Amino acid sequence: MTAARVSIRSGDFDLAAEVAALREGDLGVGAVVSFVGTVRDRHASAGTVAADKPGAITALELEHYPGMTERAIEAMIDEAERRFDIRAARVVHRVGPLAPGDQIVLVAVTSAHRGEAFQACEFLMDYLKTQAPFWKKETTAEGARWVDARVADDAALARWGIQAGNAAE
Amino acid sequence: MKVHVRYFASLREALGPNEAVELPAGATLGALRDVLVARGGRHAEVLARGRAVRCSLDQRMADEHEALADGAEVGFFPPVTGG
Repeated sequence: MTAARVSIRSGDFDLAAEVAALREGDLGVGAVVSFVGTVRDRHASAGTVAADKPGAITALELEHYPGMTERAIEAMIDEAERRFDIRAARVVHRVGPLAPGDQIVLVAVTSAHRGEAFQACEFLMDYLKTQAPFWKKETTAEGARWVDARVADDAALARWGIQAGNAAE
Repeated sequence: MKVHVRYFASLREALGPNEAVELPAGATLGALRDVLVARGGRHAEVLARGRAVRCSLDQRMADEHEALADGAEVGFFPPVTGG
C-alpha cells in the first residue's frame, strides 16, 4: 500500500512512523534519508533559548496556497524520481500556528544505496525552499513580521542546475 | 474576459484574499499586474514594479509574459519562505 506522497497539515508528525510507512514492504530499500526542519529562534543566544530576550520569536504562523502547494511538491517529487534512482519519497509540511522548537517539515527518501537518497533528499529540500508556496510570519515582543526570502536558498537550488530567482529583485 | 486573482501573505493582508478582474482577451499576467497597479492606493503600493512579487497561473509558478485565458486563476504573493 503506497501512502500519499505529500501531506500538508496543521498537526505534528512522527518521524519514526513516517519512515516505517515509507519503507514498509519494500525489501529493495537499502537506505533511508530523512530531513526534519524545526522552528528556530534566530535571536536565541547560542546554546540556550531565551524567550524573554528582546527579538526572541514567540510564535510562527505558516500560510500556504492550498491546492498549489500539493501540486508543486508532487511535481518536485516527480522531478526527484527522474533525476535520482530512488524507491519512494514523502514530504510532510505543517501550516498554521507553530512555536519555537516545533517540527515544520519532513522530507524522507528511500533508495537501494545511500548516495541517491542523500542527494534526492537535499534536492527536494532545496526545491521546496524556493518553489513551494509557503510563507512564514514570525512574532516577537516587538510585533509580527513576514520572514524575508534568502538569496542563499536560490543559490542552493542553482547547484542542481535550476535557476530560482525567488529572493531576487 | 474575467480572471480570478488570489493574494497571499503580506499581499493578502493589504488587498484581501481574492477578487475577480475584467481584462481584454489575451492579456498577459504582466498586463494584469499593470491594471491592478493603475488603480492606485494599496494595489499600486504593494504590486509596484520593483517590489518583489511572485505570481502563479492556474496554481503553477508563472512569469509575467504568460497569457491569461478566461476563468484563469492567478496568484500574487511575496517570495516564498517555507521549509
